[in-house]
Amino acid sequence: MAALARRSRRFISSSSSSSAAAVASSGSWWKDVQPAARDPILGVTEAFLADTHPSKMNVGVGAYRTDEGKPLVLECVRQAERRIAGTNFMEYLPMGGSVVFNDHSMKLAYGEEASVLADKRVAGIQALSGTGACRLFADFQRRFKPESHIFIPVPTWANHHNIWRDAHVPQHTFRYYDPVTKGLDFAGLMEDVKRAPEASVFLLHACAHNPTGVDPSPEQWKEISALFKEKNHFALFDMAYQGFASGDTNRDAQAIRIFLDDGHQVACAQSFAKNMGLYGQRVGCLSVVCDDTQQAVAVKSQLQQIARPMYSNPPLHGALIVSTILDDPDLKALWHTEVKGMADRIITMRELLKKNLVEAGSHLNWQHITDQIGMFCFSGLNPEQVDRLTSQFHIYLTRNGRISMAGINSNNVEYLANAIHEVTREEEAEKAA
Amino acid sequence: MSGSTPERRMATMAAHLRDGEETAKEGLIVPWPTAGVAAASVFEHIQQAPEDPILGVTVAFNKDPSPMKVNLGVGAYRTEEGKPLVLNVVRQAEERLLADRTQNKEYQPITGVAQFNKLSAQLILGANSVAIKENRVTTVQALSGTGALRVGAEFLAKHYGKPVIYVPVPTWGNHNKIFPLGGVPVKPYHYYDPKTRGLDYQGMIDDLRAAPVGAVVLLHACAHNPTGVDPTEEQWEGIRKVIRSKQQLPFFDCAYQGFASGSLDTDAHAVRSFVADGGECLIAQSYAKNMGLYGERIGALSIVCRSAAVASRVDSQLKLVIRPMYSSPPAHGALIAASILGDRDLFADWTVELKAMADRIISMRHQLYDTLKARGTPGDWTHILKQIGMFTFTGLNPEQVQFMTREYHIYMTLDGRISMAGLSTKTIPHLADAINATVLGLQGQS
Repeated sequence: MAALARRSRRFISSSSSSSAAAVASSGSWWKDVQPAARDPILGVTEAFLADTHPSKMNVGVGAYRTDEGKPLVLECVRQAERRIAGTNFMEYLPMGGSVVFNDHSMKLAYGEEASVLADKRVAGIQALSGTGACRLFADFQRRFKPESHIFIPVPTWANHHNIWRDAHVPQHTFRYYDPVTKGLDFAGLMEDVKRAPEASVFLLHACAHNPTGVDPSPEQWKEISALFKEKNHFALFDMAYQGFASGDTNRDAQAIRIFLDDGHQVACAQSFAKNMGLYGQRVGCLSVVCDDTQQAVAVKSQLQQIARPMYSNPPLHGALIVSTILDDPDLKALWHTEVKGMADRIITMRELLKKNLVEAGSHLNWQHITDQIGMFCFSGLNPEQVDRLTSQFHIYLTRNGRISMAGINSNNVEYLANAIHEVTREEEAEKAA
Repeated sequence: MSGSTPERRMATMAAHLRDGEETAKEGLIVPWPTAGVAAASVFEHIQQAPEDPILGVTVAFNKDPSPMKVNLGVGAYRTEEGKPLVLNVVRQAEERLLADRTQNKEYQPITGVAQFNKLSAQLILGANSVAIKENRVTTVQALSGTGALRVGAEFLAKHYGKPVIYVPVPTWGNHNKIFPLGGVPVKPYHYYDPKTRGLDYQGMIDDLRAAPVGAVVLLHACAHNPTGVDPTEEQWEGIRKVIRSKQQLPFFDCAYQGFASGSLDTDAHAVRSFVADGGECLIAQSYAKNMGLYGERIGALSIVCRSAAVASRVDSQLKLVIRPMYSSPPAHGALIAASILGDRDLFADWTVELKAMADRIISMRHQLYDTLKARGTPGDWTHILKQIGMFTFTGLNPEQVQFMTREYHIYMTLDGRISMAGLSTKTIPHLADAINATVLGLQGQS
């Protein structure tokens, strides 16, 4: 102990005249702190809540709503919670989270029979939902591939930019959405993938792209995978909607399976926020496919070192719920039914919205509403049109024109269609002229 | 006893690595035909990270087959029977939550459960806190103490010029990782005096005086981890005066409120005295130990500012730190804690359960001390009684600790820290034997 004290003495600064900026003794240390801009997505709900208009609609944040416009707690979740209530200690999970949970998560993402899992060469750690999984990867990339950059699609979930910025990883973009077709700019995407330097790191949305709802077809995914092989690129899949997009968990993970079949060693950031309705529980998983077991153990140990100074170990409750459900064949079957139910309702709302727009008299092309998939529809509305939707019709959405389909139901779909038709009349007139 | 614990661990590791090699030879990795280069991982170069020094103790303990083993490593409360404890008030709060069909699982706001934040600030600052009344306190829900410290660190790195934080020697190991990773370099200040096994008060004051104006100073609010050595009220006054005279910014880590003395108010004294002088500070709170909510990761970060306007802007900027880290915090633990803090009866019952935990710890201190005295173990062991909270800094060195692990299956961190919560009336004699043997320099007596 004495030796330690002696060593530490040398570290103590002996300067008494300060090099720090002078601060008036009555002023706050924080007087130069500017008010931060409101989060573009979460700020929408704040504004919605403050509105008292009876017809107001929140099609902003991507949280599922029933046809009655209510949040939904899945029955499989309620049953799982009843089972675990009063039965568990609340001890710390390991830094890497629940091992049982991680195993189930990875099986769900990669497939029950995936050879990478049988070979035990995937490092998986429980994360704070999708955000936390992406952040762990970004910090991991920074630490172990410090010269690497991240390639992010345009557009993407706004928080992706914040995550890699705070992890101090330089960002580039690649083309993705074509505003003319309101579909995939496949040629642009392939060109940008080709032009990127060898062995670049790419962020790909596994399914139900946020915010556009535009996904590559399986054939296109195969081509992307082949090009990635040529360029030796690394793929991080952000999968926040498995099961939620098509209703089928295997189908929604196709892109990942295609890449695995081609021999890619991918990483995957999974979230259970939407597909199990566990939003506020913050349950997710980051997994990284490695060469072999030894490397997977090493990578997992290093990921844990990133988690430890961030939150020490992840929260227990959500992981217990997910494990309980995925571990029990009946609960798991119930979950599949319920997630398909949510996906089907969304698909029905897409059809209804398109139909109502036509019936309202709009002659614009609304095909993209049913072509796109998942929680969101990239309507094609411009910021001015969005502002009018809000100010005139009390409809709340993000200014990029992204509509959360979950906020639509059989009671308000007509109102929404009429409102959209109203704010696009000028556009229609221009097109007709 | 064949092989020491570290040797056994190495053997296990080596076997593990061998398996990996064999697998690689059997299933020869063939580069995919379309691959431009050999299919090696981009993470090929990654080395296995060492075990966390604290959490690694439990890993080693779990591997030990000896029936005599005792885990005095990680600071989690154990009952007299050596079992974890879920508080009755927690079970009650949980049941209420489960039964409440109006509850859903939606996202919490970025800053967490509002009611929890309000009650948490009141808990540490006092219900009559002037700073709260004047809206000068901004509180965000955090992922236990670790999360609160990390969000605070990143906030400081973004908004406090080029901050440096001074931390006591020794301190919780994770402090030295959290702050640098959050963007705040760490410097030490004298704290523990190994000669007295108490506070090196003068050393601490000298170091704070020598530290620059505007430096951030990490202070353990009560029950210092790992030493259990806390300043007296008088000493806290002296510390406060120096810090304020140097316009340094206090950052309190409060992980044991109520757990140290058994009284929530007594344990909050240091924090409250700093806030009472009108100055600014940061406070990280954890409910892991005092509510036994370890795995639910529930805590709070409060920043006490000079004005309400500043507090509001600070709140908005904290959101920008949190959003790219995990978007919003987990609800479950916050709802349980808010339920307890907000209900008069649950709160009262909680204080009783909390005091019972603190009292058991204090009782263990007395029993250990008495047992060592009865054995005639050489040395002054009064520090066991003077130190407070979960831990005792025994004063044993790493060699002595390794001896106790090897020969007596006592699991503890190499700095000589023992978790009193891991002791019971049954296991104290065994620990006393181990300490006695190591101090007397005896060879193994398995």
